[in-house]
Amino acid sequence: MQAYILRRLLALIPTLFFASVIVFTTVRLIPGDVIDLMLSQNDISASKMDREALMEVLGLDKPMWSQYLTWVGSLFQGDMGNSLWQSTPVTERLAERLPVTFELGLLAILIGLTIALPIGVYSAIRQDTAGDYIARSFSILLLAVPSFWLGTMVVVIPSIYFGWSPEVSYISFSEDPIGNLKQMLVPAAVLGAALSAVTMRMTRTMMLEVLRQDYIRTAMAKGLPERLVVFRHALRNALIPVVTLVGLQAPLVIGGAVIMEQIFGIPGMGTLLLDAVNQRDYPIITGVFLVVGLAVMVINLLVDLSYGLLDPRVRVRS
Amino acid sequence: MSAVIAPAGAPPAAPKPAGFIRRLFRDKPLGAAGGVVFLVFLFCGIFADVLSPYGMNEINPLDRLQSPSWAHPFGTDNLGRDMLSRCLHGAQLSVIIGLTAASLATIVSVVIGIATGYLGGKFDLVTQRFVDAWMSFPELIILIVVVSVLGPGMPQIIGTLGLLLGIAGSRIIRSAVVSVRENMYVHAAQSIGSGTFRILWRHILPNIMPPIIVLFTTRVGAVILAESGLSFLGLGVPPPAPTWGGLLSGSGRTYMFQGPWLALAPGLCLTVVVYATNVFGDALRDLLDPRLRGSR
Repeated sequence: MQAYILRRLLALIPTLFFASVIVFTTVRLIPGDVIDLMLSQNDISASKMDREALMEVLGLDKPMWSQYLTWVGSLFQGDMGNSLWQSTPVTERLAERLPVTFELGLLAILIGLTIALPIGVYSAIRQDTAGDYIARSFSILLLAVPSFWLGTMVVVIPSIYFGWSPEVSYISFSEDPIGNLKQMLVPAAVLGAALSAVTMRMTRTMMLEVLRQDYIRTAMAKGLPERLVVFRHALRNALIPVVTLVGLQAPLVIGGAVIMEQIFGIPGMGTLLLDAVNQRDYPIITGVFLVVGLAVMVINLLVDLSYGLLDPRVRVRS
Repeated sequence: MSAVIAPAGAPPAAPKPAGFIRRLFRDKPLGAAGGVVFLVFLFCGIFADVLSPYGMNEINPLDRLQSPSWAHPFGTDNLGRDMLSRCLHGAQLSVIIGLTAASLATIVSVVIGIATGYLGGKFDLVTQRFVDAWMSFPELIILIVVVSVLGPGMPQIIGTLGLLLGIAGSRIIRSAVVSVRENMYVHAAQSIGSGTFRILWRHILPNIMPPIIVLFTTRVGAVILAESGLSFLGLGVPPPAPTWGGLLSGSGRTYMFQGPWLALAPGLCLTVVVYATNVFGDALRDLLDPRLRGSR
């Protein structure tokens, strides 16, 4: 197991390198833009300095590779630079926003699984019945409904017909945990519904495969109750690919969270990114971009490592 | 040498179109229906200018915020613009973006997939790590960042989406190439001294057509969905172009509380089209390339 973890960590190094290059080059494609923007806005500190001086202060006058090396070097010291507009450290802004998005994403995954697992299992044990057919159509439909539309409808329809509308101002978890959860529940449910579609299909496929195995027939033949066979024998074995899928969905969760935050006015990474994009605040854009990529890599690493816990065969083999 | 044994499960050659369409309708009625819906949508998009009863940006203050009626089947918005006409033109934008970006994505996937899958070795190893890194960024985040750098507009969106989905999809093509590459006819071609390019063009490419077709179909839906998400955030094709995502955001959103039909029409259009392409893509995959089942 240790060798496996080590190998997995080593494989991460080139991926991390490429990821940092992607982040760096994408964001710096047009470095002049932010200067123009700062000068065109009547920002006092910017208008007094001339162009070259500003570029020097921001370190934008040096060649690309040198900028990259400086950037990576400071990253290792936990320094992502300052916001170009507020001159607060990027790490500080990220630390404020990251837990909010994390909470939203985690809730969405949990809700997604609570929808997907029971329906997926039901669909598999009642294969080709009307119930299975309805469940499958439902899941393809969920796959097609854009989450931003679902989110918009959830905001618009109840407010017209029931006079209910979601909280406008954000309630932080530390202030009022229950109020916060209540506020997060609706966007998380919308996001979870979208996620559950794929998981549902995967659970069904894997369950069908496992249910055809010999040991399931043995368990059934010796007269174990169906419930026991399904949950103890079949589901546990069908779960591994489903867990992988949850890991693969991490980018989807984060992308969806951006939209949900926008619709429901939640101050997470998504709103931070969109605000930064509108202001061309490159250090913040870079920071969000990098943290999101890192988060996805860490999640996938954890998913890989969790195989050992779920499946004793992986532990022994490696 | 294991390479001499032709691997089982080699992909079937692309079937003849007429017989294939008959099989599609017989075995996969839902998928066939999806294909028909997609064709209708394509038709609406191509002939949007002829089909629309009003101009897409024709402002008519007297008719503002009307609920659906015979004159305006989808209602009108806050400026009295006909929603049906706007949705039809939205279909046009979606068709253009969907087909071009999906084509670009497929070409990128095929080029990267064939190069890495056939050449293998260090080149493959390095490229795969790059693809790993690329795939750990959520597509919406990359799109937002790129649009923030290049500014919103149709060419940027098509280019980015094509590149984005193309790199991600290269894995599927690569695995198809790897399984075809060990076939006897490829070894035969190599041993009579065919050039690499000739082998790729004449032997590999025709045999990976099924996954390529399936990939293209599923990409159309993905592109339409991604573009609408971007337009919804105000970073897509800039207004007054009536993209479906754009219709659901901006001024549309403010007036939805007075006219819920403003939210209904574009959302339903999107859902129906994406649903249709999904079931059509699934049916194609089941018929053409069973190995891909469950990969999405």
